[in-house]
Amino acid sequence: MLHIINKSPFDRPAFYSALKTGEGAILLIEDGVYAAVKGGGAEAKLKAAEGKFKFYALIADLEARGIADRVIDGVTTVDYAGFVNLVAEYKTNQSWL
Amino acid sequence: MFVNRKAPYGTIYAWESLEVVLIAAAFEQDVSMAFLDDGVYQLKKGHQTKSIGVKAFEKTFGALEDYDVTKLYVDQESLAERGLTADDLAVPVEVLPRAEMGKLMEEQDVLLSF
Repeated sequence: MLHIINKSPFDRPAFYSALKTGEGAILLIEDGVYAAVKGGGAEAKLKAAEGKFKFYALIADLEARGIADRVIDGVTTVDYAGFVNLVAEYKTNQSWL
Repeated sequence: MFVNRKAPYGTIYAWESLEVVLIAAAFEQDVSMAFLDDGVYQLKKGHQTKSIGVKAFEKTFGALEDYDVTKLYVDQESLAERGLTADDLAVPVEVLPRAEMGKLMEEQDVLLSF
């Protein structure tokens, strides 16, 4: 399953809850991209889940927030076309609110 | 004092705060701004918002000085938790430990939260 997360991990637990679902992929968009930042609060949990999840982050939202240059290794950045490809690739998608 | 705790762009709070700050400053109010929690992200340098189609904050923060809004306080712990330092911020600010920030808030006549 592809989880699409748009909330900051500091503000809401969506990212951590998604990690508990087992395995799959997580696409970080909007304020969700703060989970993909080196030295940020979510780094350790993301790293620990790398065997189970693939991580993606929307480049437009990283650039808007001035953090495109400090994305954790292991997080793949995608553009809007890449977003669409991911949604098409996974049989089920879950957009977290 | 305007208390900013939200990340930019994901919600409208950060922008609304800036708008009200500018209005208050135009009416010659004694305005200060505090940035805590995800609010510190509003001040991060190098926002390039072209691809998400909204206006970036950086220039407006830079213009605050022209409105005599110079009291910008940033919570030290909030920066550290996010892997940021004062060097990552777009404008000069005063970085305060959380306890001092709390005292400063205590001294205010009015706190407005965004």
